[in-house]
Amino acid sequence: MDVGQMQRQWIDYTKSLFLEGFLDGQFLQLQQLQDENNPDFVVEVVSLFFEDSERLLKDLTFALDQNGVDFKKVDAHVHQLKGSSSSIGAQRVKNACIAFRNFCEEQNTDACLRCLQQVKQEYCLVKNKLETLFRLEQQIVAAGGSIPTELSFSG
Amino acid sequence: MNLGNGKGSMSTVTTTAVMKSGDAVSDQFPAGLRVLVVDDDPTCLMILEKMLRTCLYEVTKCNRAETALSLLRENKNGFDIVISDVHMPDMDGFKLLEHIGLEMDLPVIMMSADDGKSVVMKGVTHGACDYLIKPVRIEALKNIWQHVVRKKKNEWKDAEQSGSAEEGDRQPKASDEADYSSSANEGSWRNSKKRRDEEEEAEDRDDTSTLKKPRVVWSVELHQQFVAAVDQLGIDKAVPKKILELMNVPGLTRENVASHLQKYRLYLRRLSGVSQHQNNMSNSFLGSQEATFGTISSINGIDLQTLAVAGQLPAQSLATLQAAGLGRSTAKAGVPMPLMDQRNLFSFENPRVRFGEGQQQHLSSSKPMNLLLGIPTNMEPKQLANLHQSTQSIAGLNMRVNASAPQGNPLLMQMPQSQPRGQMLSENTGPRVPRLPSSLGHPNVSNGISNGFLGRNGIAGNNRGPAYNPVPPNSSLLSFPMNQSSEVSVNNSLPLGSTPGISSITTKGSFQEEVTSGIKASGGFPSYDIFNELHHHKSHDWEITNPGLTYSAPHHANHLQGNIDVSPSVLVHQGFSSTQQTGQSRDATLIGKAMFSVGEGSEQDNLQNAVQHLHPLLVDNSVRVKSERIPDASSQTNLFPDHYGQEDLMSALLKQQEGMGPSESEFEFDAYSLDNIPV
Repeated sequence: MDVGQMQRQWIDYTKSLFLEGFLDGQFLQLQQLQDENNPDFVVEVVSLFFEDSERLLKDLTFALDQNGVDFKKVDAHVHQLKGSSSSIGAQRVKNACIAFRNFCEEQNTDACLRCLQQVKQEYCLVKNKLETLFRLEQQIVAAGGSIPTELSFSG
Repeated sequence: MNLGNGKGSMSTVTTTAVMKSGDAVSDQFPAGLRVLVVDDDPTCLMILEKMLRTCLYEVTKCNRAETALSLLRENKNGFDIVISDVHMPDMDGFKLLEHIGLEMDLPVIMMSADDGKSVVMKGVTHGACDYLIKPVRIEALKNIWQHVVRKKKNEWKDAEQSGSAEEGDRQPKASDEADYSSSANEGSWRNSKKRRDEEEEAEDRDDTSTLKKPRVVWSVELHQQFVAAVDQLGIDKAVPKKILELMNVPGLTRENVASHLQKYRLYLRRLSGVSQHQNNMSNSFLGSQEATFGTISSINGIDLQTLAVAGQLPAQSLATLQAAGLGRSTAKAGVPMPLMDQRNLFSFENPRVRFGEGQQQHLSSSKPMNLLLGIPTNMEPKQLANLHQSTQSIAGLNMRVNASAPQGNPLLMQMPQSQPRGQMLSENTGPRVPRLPSSLGHPNVSNGISNGFLGRNGIAGNNRGPAYNPVPPNSSLLSFPMNQSSEVSVNNSLPLGSTPGISSITTKGSFQEEVTSGIKASGGFPSYDIFNELHHHKSHDWEITNPGLTYSAPHHANHLQGNIDVSPSVLVHQGFSSTQQTGQSRDATLIGKAMFSVGEGSEQDNLQNAVQHLHPLLVDNSVRVKSERIPDASSQTNLFPDHYGQEDLMSALLKQQEGMGPSESEFEFDAYSLDNIPV
């Protein structure tokens, strides 16, 4: 595959992520922040997000596993996950968190557990997608090309 | 990492700021705006930092509120605006908001993924100047500079109202060269004003009317006087006019008093916290805030009033504290609270709180300032509450207080109490040094407080910053008077304003100037933003900067020295009033704020805060303490239980006094009598 092809592939893949709701406009903002001075900005931020999220998910699992669930704490974790996922544009994760918070308010442990599952699932999905995207980017760069800076949705 | 970045950027900022000349700044404005971002979410933090950098702002990030506070305190004029997350593990974002408002009076933007109405409302009532919903877009960040400009503008207005002939805020003058441009236009305006003021200042500083709108720095002494006057009149009946008459401070205007009163009221209200939703607050807004504060400010557990009532805390001390708090000296002590245990500060009986040494002395008020000191060891929340109450009524009166008032004032007031006054004092070290009410002398009080102050002072001296030759920390540490002494000494040593506080602030060196300038203001405490001015000017003339402080005695040369004398309290006060306009001046305000802050919050925290305010140097320490302790509004425990041996504090104070004595004598304040200085 030549660079041009890879780039097109990258564009199409990115668009699909948006269309399917995995990513939203905020991700575009991140991409716009990336420039020659910070060529790896998006990858760095997203990696940070992955680390942080995994920690949060672990904490959530632990918290919901307790006999006496501390919903305030659970809510705090979910809130944070919601914040960070929305900051990078992981839309589906964010939406799952919103639903999760509602159940936290109701203090419904079972529902919360289900929500946690949902969040984890969405998280795994978006993580895979983004990792695929980044791999594609690496390939492009390795082949001497550059990542397209504009995603024209017209095409 | 954040800290590292922060530091790096801070220093960068500093340097840049310093180097920027007024003109340059204006051209680039708002580029170079110094932003501090606080968020425990690393992802968001990184994104925000990048966005802000893209907006050409100078960014410092930290992931903990405590770190942020200490950064702010250490570098009192190092930031122009703060952006903070609401939900943070170590400290509630609103609490941080309050602290910043009280201590540094910086514009604060809250942000959260939570967009519920109640949370946003909370932001409003706590005085946030804006509330951003996450995810934050870069467009939203592009315009944050407006908040900085707006705030400065308001401050100016306030100053103008308070002064009769104000020319303009001294701050502007002081300008901001160092400042980032937000004041670009202001800067140039200020510059010209500055020149004018300088000349005028030299001539008729004594005259209040000449003070150009310098913000009054509510030094410890001044605040003490204020509180005494309020107490005398009765918190409900205390009206600015009468208070002004009772205080009989030349150069102080009714407006100054009015705005201070408003803050004081808020503060008291905060102190009483939930216990009493003061309804005195005539200001409805304040009222609502109160409620909020009441709940929120757990910190202000200390009830200055109560403390005061306890008899220990002389009104003046409280006043000082409050003044400090209200004043919001922006100046950050810069020096982290030194060793002294904040708690100690309070527990210390401060008889000699030498807040702002030089100033206090003059502050004439005969009442020893030590607000903080006055606070009995047990800073009983109730006491604070009392104070709080009175504050509230006062606060209700005045409105002028900027939006920040809500957040800051009560806090300010409270802070001082809880925190060792010493801290406040020390922080300021520089002229700003909160001139802890000389009343520290009250034995009862403030055991903790005085200690705190002392400690602070001492520390402040040390910590102060590279810039100044801090007064030997030791001396200042222990006793509040130290502050004074430290200030005094500082002055001596420093050519500029010597007050350690000043120097510290200067990271750019401007601080010194400010200090001196602040001090300069003679008698009147017209809002001069000593610190602000100093900073701005960095290298120059005090005259301009301190509109308010014109101590007839000192002039430029003297400024430094004289300044100290001039009125530590003045400086302090100014600090408050000036609010960080330029950021630099914060120091001064900080000091003032420190005073207040000391009072509030958890016992320890309060003291710390207060002290911190007072003593920029010591700020750090105080801050820390504060954050750790959950303010317990209702707790009546001593603020600083046993941390500080009273005896130790006393001796420290005494030492300071002695030390200060000589220095004090050097200064001549005609404006203020030296009664206050506890000897």
